[in-house]
Amino acid sequence: MAIVKNDSLIEQEWITVDAEGDLPSSDENLIVPLERFKEERDSLLGRNGGLGVQLNPGDAPEDLADDLDRLSIITVNFPAYTDGRGYSYGRVLRERMGFTGELRAVGDVLRDQILYMHRCGFDSYDLKVEGEVALNKVRAALKEMSVYYQPTGDGRVTAQSLRERRRAALGQKAS
Amino acid sequence: MYRYDDFDRQLVHERTEQFREQVKRRLAGDITEEQFRPLRLMNGVYLQLHAYMLRVAVPYGTLRADQLRQLGMIARVYDKGYGHFTTRQNIQYNWPKLDEIPDALLDLAKVEMHAIQTSGNCIRNTTTDQYAGAAADEIEDPRPYCELIRQWSTFHPEFTYLPRKFKIAVTGSPNDRAAVKVHDIGLRMHQNDAGETGFEVIVGGGLGRTPFVGKTIRDFIGKNDLFSYLEAILRVYNRFGRRDNKYKARIKILVHEEGIDKIRELVEEEWSQIKDGSLRVDDAEIAHYIEQFAPPAFETLADDDADFERHKSENRRFANWVRSNVIEHKQPGYAIANVSLKPIGGIPGDATDTQMELVADLSEKYSFGDVRVTHEQNLVLPHVKKADLFALWTALDADNLGTANLGYVTDIISCPGLDYCALATARSIPLSQRISERFSDLDRQHDIGELKIKISGCINACGHHHVGHIGILGLDKRGKEFYQITLGGDASQDASIGKIAGAGFSEAEVVDAIESLVTKYIDIRDGGERFIDTYRRVGMDPFKEVLYGDR
Amino acid sequence: MSLQVVTANRLDDGLVVFLTSDGSWSENINDARTAEGKEAADALLAEASAPELDIVIVGPYLIDVEQQGSDLMPTKYREVLRTKGPSVREDLGYQAV
Repeated sequence: MAIVKNDSLIEQEWITVDAEGDLPSSDENLIVPLERFKEERDSLLGRNGGLGVQLNPGDAPEDLADDLDRLSIITVNFPAYTDGRGYSYGRVLRERMGFTGELRAVGDVLRDQILYMHRCGFDSYDLKVEGEVALNKVRAALKEMSVYYQPTGDGRVTAQSLRERRRAALGQKAS
Repeated sequence: MYRYDDFDRQLVHERTEQFREQVKRRLAGDITEEQFRPLRLMNGVYLQLHAYMLRVAVPYGTLRADQLRQLGMIARVYDKGYGHFTTRQNIQYNWPKLDEIPDALLDLAKVEMHAIQTSGNCIRNTTTDQYAGAAADEIEDPRPYCELIRQWSTFHPEFTYLPRKFKIAVTGSPNDRAAVKVHDIGLRMHQNDAGETGFEVIVGGGLGRTPFVGKTIRDFIGKNDLFSYLEAILRVYNRFGRRDNKYKARIKILVHEEGIDKIRELVEEEWSQIKDGSLRVDDAEIAHYIEQFAPPAFETLADDDADFERHKSENRRFANWVRSNVIEHKQPGYAIANVSLKPIGGIPGDATDTQMELVADLSEKYSFGDVRVTHEQNLVLPHVKKADLFALWTALDADNLGTANLGYVTDIISCPGLDYCALATARSIPLSQRISERFSDLDRQHDIGELKIKISGCINACGHHHVGHIGILGLDKRGKEFYQITLGGDASQDASIGKIAGAGFSEAEVVDAIESLVTKYIDIRDGGERFIDTYRRVGMDPFKEVLYGDR
Repeated sequence: MSLQVVTANRLDDGLVVFLTSDGSWSENINDARTAEGKEAADALLAEASAPELDIVIVGPYLIDVEQQGSDLMPTKYREVLRTKGPSVREDLGYQAV
């Protein structure tokens, strides 16, 4: 298991607790599922450590609208790589709701999905392989394609806007 | 026709290299079959009964001569000398080797083609009217919008792992030849009260196990807003479509279970948040794409041609072909020529390498190098001078491509069925061959008139049997093939789903059953009525009676 | 008790193959090792499903066969087609050889 963020391996600094599990001491950084966050919101926000929320398929990221600035991390669970709901959650969180914290893909996160996740706003990946292998997979995945048709919030320039720039430049030259 | 620029070229090239690496990783054991499967599927590679199958995209059914010629070369080099044109206006090859497919994809990329998203739970090849840009009844050429949809949907990062596959069809004509009402999204071009051209948006149509005619989610969406609206529909589907059961995962089930009003509410709410965003396409951008599909350099001609008329009167076979296969063109002096891939007793939709090369050559000679693939598994040369039709037909006829049967009872849609397909429960090709042979007499076919028979070899309905005037579904009953007949289906603007006539028939019985239906129709039709019209007038009972008597 | 063999498609070219007595894969069903009875069939399938075979073949499964003279013949028509080739193209597939 290794976590890759911004072209580096990072340490696991978060304890993820499920719906029923005991909470760690107040100083620990904690991630809880959305349902538990909704139920225990006030006490969770009163803890000393960092707080994150995990979204599972079927959850509504909109439920976090009032609390985004209190969350350092949101993990989106892909229980199977074929379940693509998390891609929409990523775009809604980043592009619509303006979440700026860490957005981590967890679960069945495979090399060949990483580029799509990145395009949907994810910036960290919890992979089931170790260290350098994980880092190399992420690096390879992110550089496989260099042309993008869709405008998403990832900052990549689309083919369309490059075409427009080129046409504008040609137009200037011609005149 | 659209030409790739360096961005499109780069993208397809990178994809080809990516797949080459994926194949290498698979053959080296770095990824398992389970992990590889979705990757190969998104490059059009299936594992079928006998071998791999490669499905190549023909975006909106439009091919240039050099592309069709390359498809012929690929059939020869990487396959066994033929290919099969499909109901999604694509072509598939039945025998490629996995370790050679990256090379085949590279050869495709050389002519601006690919196999991207021809399978998988993503947005598939967008289909449209095969007569786009040529049809006399067209409001506007739909292909510029299809090309924009192609780009928007290619590697869409959010919509690559949808609940299920997703198919979009577009028609620019009120006479729907693209079956838009039986697609996940159908777009019908029309004008609103203000005189602007835009699209009616239809969702939740589809065939398969649970067929539905789509429902209108929006009467009119302007061209500038089309892409944000599509994105809104796809986002609602991706988030809320069922994923617990693959047979209930298409958007038609979501629309059916939640109701069109609820889905409309969700889509409109989503759309209101993105409609002014970066997916809005401005008029200059659209104009740029319209220009790419500008009409070819038509000559100014009289609509009549004396030689053409003379050939018709002198050559009965040519006259028959013109009668069934030649369609009115919007440009005077030109015609749309349909090339039937349904020779009597042949395999529907199959073409050999040399046939593909011949049609490519003829398209350069007679049709501005423009060829179309139809969802009814035929080819079209869309822009032929009437004066050239006889020479064209003569050349086609010499290579078994001049069959005069478009829209007739022998112009059968058939899926590959159990002869090739790993999912099939019964064969469909042999049945289409027997029916074709039974009705081979051309005068009789002409007398019967338009009659669309569509055959699927399993419940997944790739052969569109639900929308055949006569539909045939092949099933397996205790190890024996048997065939269920549906009546009254229609894929046109008057779309309807066929109704099951009754108990199924054995392979030996089914051709007689079809013939008895046709005989009954001839018997009871009112002058000029097509089979479907008669069925709609009299209903199931008279037909049921000839099939089952007192049974 | 019915007779069974294991079939699959070969990874590199996709062609139909059968598990043989020496643990290799043959294009000819008559080379296939047969199993009689559930226990033997399960063991045969388990051998064909070994993880290391994932780079040799794809999707192994058991099929019912009958001994017809010196030939093994699948009982299901689907499998007959796989051992021969498309019924509509007798010039293709194993039947053409």
